[in-house]
Amino acid sequence: METVRVGSVEEFAPLPARKVVEIGGEEVGVFRLDDGFYAWRNNCPHQGGPVCQGRIYNRVLETLDAGRRSLGRRYDEERVNIVCPWHGLEYDIRTGRHPGNDGMALEPVAVQVQNGEVYVSL
Amino acid sequence: MDAAIRTASAMPVQEMGTETDTRDYLAHARTHARKAGYADWTIVDIDAHHVETVHWHEIIDYIEDPVLRHQATMYQKERIGAPPYGLNGDLGLRYQDVGGRIPHQSSRREKVDEPGVHLDVALTRRAMDALCVDYMVLFPTPMLFIGMHPQVEMEAVLSNAYNRWLAENVLSAEDGILSLAVLPFNSPDAACRTVEEFGANPNVIGFTVTSTRYKPVHSNEYMRLYRMIEETGKPIAFHAGYHWQDPSLATCNSFLGMHALGFVWCNLVHMTNWILNGIPERFPKLNSLWVESGLSWVPFLMQRLDDQYLMRQSEAPLLTKMPSDYMRESCFYTCQPLEKSSEVGLKATLEMINAETQLLYASDWPHFDFDAPRAIYDIPFLTEDQKRNILGRNAARLFNLPKKDSARKAA
Repeated sequence: METVRVGSVEEFAPLPARKVVEIGGEEVGVFRLDDGFYAWRNNCPHQGGPVCQGRIYNRVLETLDAGRRSLGRRYDEERVNIVCPWHGLEYDIRTGRHPGNDGMALEPVAVQVQNGEVYVSL
Repeated sequence: MDAAIRTASAMPVQEMGTETDTRDYLAHARTHARKAGYADWTIVDIDAHHVETVHWHEIIDYIEDPVLRHQATMYQKERIGAPPYGLNGDLGLRYQDVGGRIPHQSSRREKVDEPGVHLDVALTRRAMDALCVDYMVLFPTPMLFIGMHPQVEMEAVLSNAYNRWLAENVLSAEDGILSLAVLPFNSPDAACRTVEEFGANPNVIGFTVTSTRYKPVHSNEYMRLYRMIEETGKPIAFHAGYHWQDPSLATCNSFLGMHALGFVWCNLVHMTNWILNGIPERFPKLNSLWVESGLSWVPFLMQRLDDQYLMRQSEAPLLTKMPSDYMRESCFYTCQPLEKSSEVGLKATLEMINAETQLLYASDWPHFDFDAPRAIYDIPFLTEDQKRNILGRNAARLFNLPKKDSARKAA
């Protein structure tokens, strides 16, 4: 396993921020949210798309009232998804999981911060 | 941390958008192609798209009727905020990009600086190189709805203009870019003229019925057309589409539901009429190709028609064998969008349609549900020989395509 510097913490702004890097032929997306850093292989489990190079969207929710009637959709302010630009599959940036299918998830990469620098190991 | 630690290289594209170069967008497909060794595979993409309305101002120049051509010219020149001249369709209900999540579906505004090369030729070549395909069949996009045009004659006017524009400006520039000429199917005589005009064009490898329309494909008025197409030795294709105003589909409140059903519904109806009225018996050398409905509808319809046919054979007296036999022997299918959530279901589907000979690869690039060749390559239960058949050999056989020099693919 090799540890590689991705950049300084300050580079990851404004939030949500991301840096997609190439390390010896492997592509990794490093994300910074308000509670820390997350890193995933840039490879969508659906069809191998460049998932980490997609757009970032908050998760969409649907609100029901007490009578189970729909009140329409809204954005979840906490959960943030990365969207694969090939086919639109969304993955929670914190968990790597598809919001509608727990069995579908991104491959994690170890990420750490030391002395204001961000490193990944793979 | 060790000072000798190296720094990772930032990828040149951090976030893909509508201005991202096709080659960057599809770089992972290209990487897969190299690893899989596609350079010596024949790969034929039977269904890719361009957005013909980007060049509508060019296409209207090919309108034959001088009055309509003048009208179109004035409209394109002076009318503000209007969709392309004469074109029907729900132009504001195109939600395919899921609210901007899939930018390549929205538009391709990438930089193209190739003097003398038509934009659609340049963009198509980029996609061909990235997907490593030898041949790519181009279909229009908004014109897939033209079968619902309220003015029957305008379907013929615009289809003819499009076919001629495409042949002169795109097909003539690159022998790997092919077309299945759009038939103005609501006007059978005009459709016959399309076959006369393009039947001998080597880059027009067949003829397309845009499936979104309310026309019985078994009507006697089409028999001359089918005879003529059969005589060209080229297939007839039914390219699926949706129609959100269809009363049943109008109950769907999401593009997801409407699109999932709509792109199958039209071909379910046409295939049912095609088979039960014995078109394959009447024209045994006419091959039909069913495009962009995925595949899972085929086993459903095979079983449904077989079951009902045995009880009501007198209503389909031209048939000499089971409906599923015709669907497996004289019909060809494109794979996209390949439904692959169930390996059991997919395996049964490929066996039932005899995929080894009847299935053709299609990307549908640049649409939101496109399939790269690895959609076929990664199917675990197929042999390499079967994959090669589906990705190219079956199409090369059906369309009599010569093997191409693979130098560009290997680059």
